[in-house]
This record gives sequence, C-alpha cells and structure tokens, in this order.
Amino acid sequence: MAVDYAALKKGGFMRQKQKNNFSLRLRVVGGNVSAVQLAKIAEVAEKYGDGHVHLTSRQSVEIPFIKLEQIDEVKAALGEGGVEPGVCGPRVRTITACQGEAICPSGCIDTYSLAKELDTRYFAKELPHKFKFGITGCQNNCLKAEENDLGIKGGIKVKWRESACIGCGVCEKACRTNAITIADGKISLDESKCNYCGRCVKSCPTEAWDTTHGYIVSFGGIFGNSISKGETVIPFIEDKEKLLAICDATLAFFAENAKPGERFKFTLDRVGREKFAEKILEVYNG
Amino acid sequence: MAELEYQIDDSVDITDVVCPTTFVKAKVALEELDDGQILAVKMNDGEPVQNVPRSIKEEGHQILKLLDNKDGTFTLIVKKVGD
Repeated sequence: MAVDYAALKKGGFMRQKQKNNFSLRLRVVGGNVSAVQLAKIAEVAEKYGDGHVHLTSRQSVEIPFIKLEQIDEVKAALGEGGVEPGVCGPRVRTITACQGEAICPSGCIDTYSLAKELDTRYFAKELPHKFKFGITGCQNNCLKAEENDLGIKGGIKVKWRESACIGCGVCEKACRTNAITIADGKISLDESKCNYCGRCVKSCPTEAWDTTHGYIVSFGGIFGNSISKGETVIPFIEDKEKLLAICDATLAFFAENAKPGERFKFTLDRVGREKFAEKILEVYNG
Repeated sequence: MAELEYQIDDSVDITDVVCPTTFVKAKVALEELDDGQILAVKMNDGEPVQNVPRSIKEEGHQILKLLDNKDGTFTLIVKKVGD
C-alpha cells in the first residue's frame, strides 16, 4: 500500500531521513504542557521512539523515530495522557505565546487564554500555505510577534488620573519613549509617542492611570528563506471581539487571494498592501 | 495631584552597583527599617531609574517621590510597608 505522506504530515507525522521513521509533532498551545502530558510524552518516547524528544522552534514537542507501522498505537497511547498530534503543511500552525500577564510581571494581556481561543477557532484550518500566529504579552516581545504571518502584541492604553497622582515623577523616567512630561504639577502624555508598553502603569505607586488593555497586530511576517517583519496597518485594538474579527478577516483575505504555496507576505506584495489595509480598516472601523 | 510630605530616616547609595544588585541593595536597606520609616535611595539615571522604582513597588513598598539631583543621579523616596 502506498504511504500517503501528505496525510501523515497533516496529522503531525514528519518524515525523517531514516526510512519509515517519523518525527511526531504534538499539539501544544501557547507553549504550555501539563505534567501529565509530559509524563505520557516521556513514556511514548521511551517505548516507541529512541528515548528523546525535540523542542521545536515554535514551542511544539516532537517525538522522533516513530515507526510507520506503530502510528495508530502511538496515537492511542498519547491520547491516554491527553496528548494529540499537531499539524504541519498548508494550514494554521501552532499558536505560540509567551507566558503573558497570568505569570509575567511585564505582561499586558492574557496570552495563554488568547492562544487557546485562537487554537479552538483555527486549529489546522486549511489555507493556501502555512499560516503562523504568535502572541507576545508586551513590548519586550519575547515571543517575536513580527516573525509571524499574524503577530499579536499586548499593550496598555493609558489616561492620566489626576486625582490619584502624587506627582512622584517615577512614570516620566519609566517611560522609554519620552511620551510623558511633567510640568507645573501636571502630567502630559504625547499619544503619538506612546507605544502602549505599560511601564508607566506598572511603576506608578498610586495607580494613577486609567487603563485599557489591548492589542497591536502585525501582518505578513516571515522568517525562513525570506526574512521580513510583519507590519501594522491598524491602530491599537481595544477589545478582543474586534481582534478576533480582524483575525477572521485576515484568514479570509489570505484564503481568497493567495496562490497555492504562497506565504501571506508575498500575497500582500502581489495583491497590494493597500487592498488588504482597506479590508482590515473596514473591520476595524465597523 | 497632591504631593506627599515626608521625613527621611535613612539613605542608601546604589550608584556603585549594577542590575540586579541595585535592587538587592535597596531591598536590603529597606529590610533594616521599621514599618512606616522612610528611605532615600540614590540611583543612576538610565536603567536603574527606569526599573528600580517599579521593583520596589512590586515588593509592596510605597513610593513617595523621585528627585532629580541634576548630576545624572536621582533620589527615590520610599516608605517601608511591612508584610
């Protein structure tokens, strides 16, 4: 019987150079794996692989040296520990994320919850080519949002709350873009300089800022044979429903306009970024 | 905004150390104080003044004022808050 490598690849089985051996990619969301899952992965790697796993560049786990004839057995064994195969090929790939505000003091958004939500919404969704989402919690950009076809970066939009302010001066120095100046007991915020990093909020001793947590989205990043960083086309997004609508519209645009095997950046280059921007702005303003 | 009044009980100079010792030195100095006492922390411009105030806030202490010494250093006035 002929082996359907495309079907195997879709199911996360990556053909190795060693004949009939596969590196099995697992479904990991936002870089989190439970202890129960880890124990099961270890057991399967011992029993069916060669006793090691590989951590991929995009937060997945692969178990190499899985034998073709044991694939079903391996899937069943992994299932006992709540572990599923991941995906490869022309579809939505692993949603990557940093630890975000649930864990990290710098985080501005709950990256893991968002990663789970995007995974539920788009896992393995078929597209003309691979499509990568990456979510980073703040301007520190540990997760390198702009490397992705669609990158999401958490931010905080701020408004000074004069009544709570003690004029200590900490925020003016904490701000790295010189958006904050203090004169005559008043704080002025130059919104054109603010990058939504949230450092003023996080350093303020009296919580004298009204805050809106939201998203900065970049489009068309690619970091393989070609290297290009994703670009923003819309302002700061203040609510999650709007973010999801923009993700939906982006995938729809890609599905509609891309040639088979064409990454999003090249679709944007060919079709025109203005055309995409127009579409996305419609959703943003809608 | 309403500026707070304070009287300094002790001071520490962290301009002679670099991150992460800057914060550690300030933290140790705060541990020496009683609840409610005021510490003046002298630090360099740049990374220390960007980050140390926030770290001290995250430890639960109350920041009252940041003074520009106009010589490339700043003095942070902190009120110790016990556990």
